[in-house]
Amino acid sequence: MDRYIKAPISDEDAKSLKAGDYVYITGTIYTARDAAHKRMAEALADNQKLPIDMKNNIIYYMGPSPARQGRPIGSAGPTTASRMDKYAPDLLDLGLKGMIGKGKRSQAVKDAIIRNGAVYFAAVGGAGALLSQCIKKSTVIAYDDLGTEAIRELEVENFPVIVVIDSEGNNLYETAIKDYCKI
Amino acid sequence: MKRTRITAKMRIIQTSDITKNIKEMCIEANHFLSDDMKEVFNHAVEEEESPLGKQVLNQLKENLEIAGRDMIPICQDTGMAVIFINVGQDVHFDGGSLTEAVNEGVRQGYTEGYLRKSVVKDPIFRENTKDNTPAVIHYDIVPGDKVEITVAPKGFGSENMSRVFMLKPADGIEGVKEAILTAVRDAGPNACPPMVVGVGIGGTFEKCAELAKKALTRDLNEKSPLEYVRNLEAEMLEKINMLGIGPGGLGGTKTALAVNVETYPTHIAGLPVAINICCHVNRHSHRII
Repeated sequence: MDRYIKAPISDEDAKSLKAGDYVYITGTIYTARDAAHKRMAEALADNQKLPIDMKNNIIYYMGPSPARQGRPIGSAGPTTASRMDKYAPDLLDLGLKGMIGKGKRSQAVKDAIIRNGAVYFAAVGGAGALLSQCIKKSTVIAYDDLGTEAIRELEVENFPVIVVIDSEGNNLYETAIKDYCKI
Repeated sequence: MKRTRITAKMRIIQTSDITKNIKEMCIEANHFLSDDMKEVFNHAVEEEESPLGKQVLNQLKENLEIAGRDMIPICQDTGMAVIFINVGQDVHFDGGSLTEAVNEGVRQGYTEGYLRKSVVKDPIFRENTKDNTPAVIHYDIVPGDKVEITVAPKGFGSENMSRVFMLKPADGIEGVKEAILTAVRDAGPNACPPMVVGVGIGGTFEKCAELAKKALTRDLNEKSPLEYVRNLEAEMLEKINMLGIGPGGLGGTKTALAVNVETYPTHIAGLPVAINICCHVNRHSHRII
């Protein structure tokens, strides 16, 4: 089913999304990948405040290529989500509602998704040029020294993603493959 | 005084020419896919049975058009620069270190071409080098007076899913097939399918990995001279596409676009097999200087 949702995402919207839904996101989302997650985990361990409020927000696992002049961002597709599995459950427990990436997640992440009524979305891997066109504005808001791995605030318009793991724990990667697996 | 005698056969190439070519090739490879890749891609769009899979493939086709038209890299992971250089033994390089010239080309290409800098100086301390150097360079000395360069920027979503298996001779070709299927099955959606699968069989631990990487740069229309290898490639492509992983890992009949296998003699006690997985953005730029 095609769905259009706003970001930050409401508890109701997050709960209503089902694995396999094709979703267009409009609003504000944040980027963070390996190095930024490591720093956020260190900040939490030191009882420091995180640079972004997790509540009802969506994190996009992405590190863009540099923007050419006059453009908000360069190529901007998803990176493999499993590398953030170590950090994601803590962020979900702090209110994070959505993650956009690609690839499998661990059982611990799936449990945290269910526990918090959150969603894991996949964007199409390797479609960075196409996806960059849905990003209207990009601002580095933390960890500037990390370059492409800095935390960015993105304004997105009809950003296309697919629900892979929904708030009930249904996993599209597992179900969809079964339909076409012949060996 | 010791003097170098330049024979009539020796060809002098300026290292600055190498830098210039590498720079252009880094930019070219990250914005335009080679014709053989486009061809298999177009076939895949037609043949994919899953509606969602077809939709993903169409998005990827559109992505390629936007990349070339607006000069936005096909993928934000513009890779670590893997470079194969076959140096004709009658060539002499003038103008300083060849390796430094290659890295300077990468530096210029990634900086001036708005490509992502994805290389860290140390695998543990992980400080970004900020210019995507150093490259991983594979040199080979070959007859002649030409320099053949292949620039293959390699993304790590798929690199991370690559494997080396040290099989036993008794495992034979069935063991090789099982190893390939295991690697692809485990890679699943992480490696940005539909993928290209490079396989190296034989040699030593490091040789088979290099063969697998080289296999990814082989023109998809170029067939192996060995019949059993051609059969293996065809059979594995069919089997991989029966796994159901599909485009984006969202289910479908196109999990791989191609399987390329390279072989090398090996030891009486071993059967090394490497599987280097590449996403659908199997980039390579090729030039002969």
